[in-house]
Amino acid sequence: MTVLQALDIGLAALVLAVAGWTIVAREAFAAVVGYVAYGLLLSLVWVRLFAVDVALTEAAIGSGVTGVLLISAAARLRKTEAPATDERLGAPLRLLAGTVCAVVAAALAAVVLLMPDPGSTLAPEAAQHLAETGLGNPITAVLISYRAFDTMLEKVVLILAVIGVWSLAPDRYWGGAPGPQRVARHEGALAFLAQLLAPLGIVVGVHIFWVGADEPGGAFQGGAILAAMWMIVMMARLVEAPSISALWLRLTLVAGPVVFLAIGVLGFAVASGFLTYPTGFAKPLILFIEAFMTLSIAATLPMLVMGPPSRPPRP
Amino acid sequence: MSTAILAGLTGAALIGLGLYGLITHPHPLRKILAFNLLGSGVFLIFGIIARKGAAAGFAADPVPQAMVITGIVVAFSATALAVALLLRLVQETGRTTLRPDAPAKPPDAGADA
Amino acid sequence: MSTIADVFTVVAICTGSFFFMAGTVGLLRFPDALTRLHALTKADNLGLGLIVLGLLPQADGMLGALKLIAVWALVQLAGATVAQLIAHALLRKRPPT
Repeated sequence: MTVLQALDIGLAALVLAVAGWTIVAREAFAAVVGYVAYGLLLSLVWVRLFAVDVALTEAAIGSGVTGVLLISAAARLRKTEAPATDERLGAPLRLLAGTVCAVVAAALAAVVLLMPDPGSTLAPEAAQHLAETGLGNPITAVLISYRAFDTMLEKVVLILAVIGVWSLAPDRYWGGAPGPQRVARHEGALAFLAQLLAPLGIVVGVHIFWVGADEPGGAFQGGAILAAMWMIVMMARLVEAPSISALWLRLTLVAGPVVFLAIGVLGFAVASGFLTYPTGFAKPLILFIEAFMTLSIAATLPMLVMGPPSRPPRP
Repeated sequence: MSTAILAGLTGAALIGLGLYGLITHPHPLRKILAFNLLGSGVFLIFGIIARKGAAAGFAADPVPQAMVITGIVVAFSATALAVALLLRLVQETGRTTLRPDAPAKPPDAGADA
Repeated sequence: MSTIADVFTVVAICTGSFFFMAGTVGLLRFPDALTRLHALTKADNLGLGLIVLGLLPQADGMLGALKLIAVWALVQLAGATVAQLIAHALLRKRPPT
């Protein structure tokens, strides 16, 4: 057994152990902390599968931003945990559920072991389109050119989620701002971190978006880092959460999908159809779309985490 | 046992674990957490499909990887919507139960946090 | 020359791992939340510093080495802030008598 194989087996065992801890932990807060650690370990597994872009996304969005969301939810729901335990399933039902889940897992494991090797692949078509776009990162080319329609629809899904979250506000709070109302200390440790980290994080986020054209990176990963910087500045109360009727906020949220759609429709006129790019001009167009996508993601993710407005609008 | 097979088996086990947590935990936040675990297991199986589709000079097929990236973002937005719904439920009823016949309890005054 | 670099890498990383393990032992064995925090921050910072130091000869070029040092600085910053915040929260819950 080589060192790398031992590393893989150890990593898989660790991932399963932390996932098991997440399921059997008593308190929700402990389970969420386990989930954040699990997400980071999963990023290492993705690197071992040679999917570095996915590892970046999993670490930033899957573990990082989801972790912030779930930790604040667990803190606010602490009082409701005790009453929920009297709805627990009895032991025989849990045994039945465990058996069903074991059967599902075994069936999937059998599918994994019986997969053909090498499997069916779309890599040759993707490689063909890669040359036309002038990009060096095949994932970015697939996201913005080969499967651009999927990415555009995904941006629309993000907007729908924001609309859904905002619509959960009580009527009297519509137009107000989300966020907690406690007072933070301006000389505290969190304010120091936010002041030091935010400029650095903005540079790193823009760099990862820019370099995603040729190397692992891209709009989602860069946008998630920018979103994290805005979130930490809001959490340190250096900047107040915007009211949801602010025009600049709404324009930033829709800028990504609107630009994507506009350039897609323009493809009817200057190229061969919807969401196709004129040859020779593809890379600048793609980077233009990605810039607005990064901005939209950097605005959408914090709005999803902050939640519906919790204050009446200021007159 | 190559990395891809190992990761695929881990993904299958994660799907089983997540499904178990989704079914047995009574508290909705734990169900959301288990659902995320389930989702990441599914993404891992996508990942090994990508790794096994290594061709044309790529170390892994880029199309499933792009779908996983899309999936992670969509899963996060679904989680955010679910958490917002749950917090609103607690704000309205003071409890997390989904049973329609539970005794009604007035929400705490000023529970608008 | 490269054997000296490799030996240095292995020695530094082993020492760093030993400090990480010491920090974990402290996490598991210390009685109080504040003492556990102390063990974690001190031992883990030293462990991380030694590991980064050990990886520096293996980095590709000046840029790679600078990236490693930037990672070290960021983790230190985050770790120090989180330790302060946790300690502050603990003090608020149970002020020292």
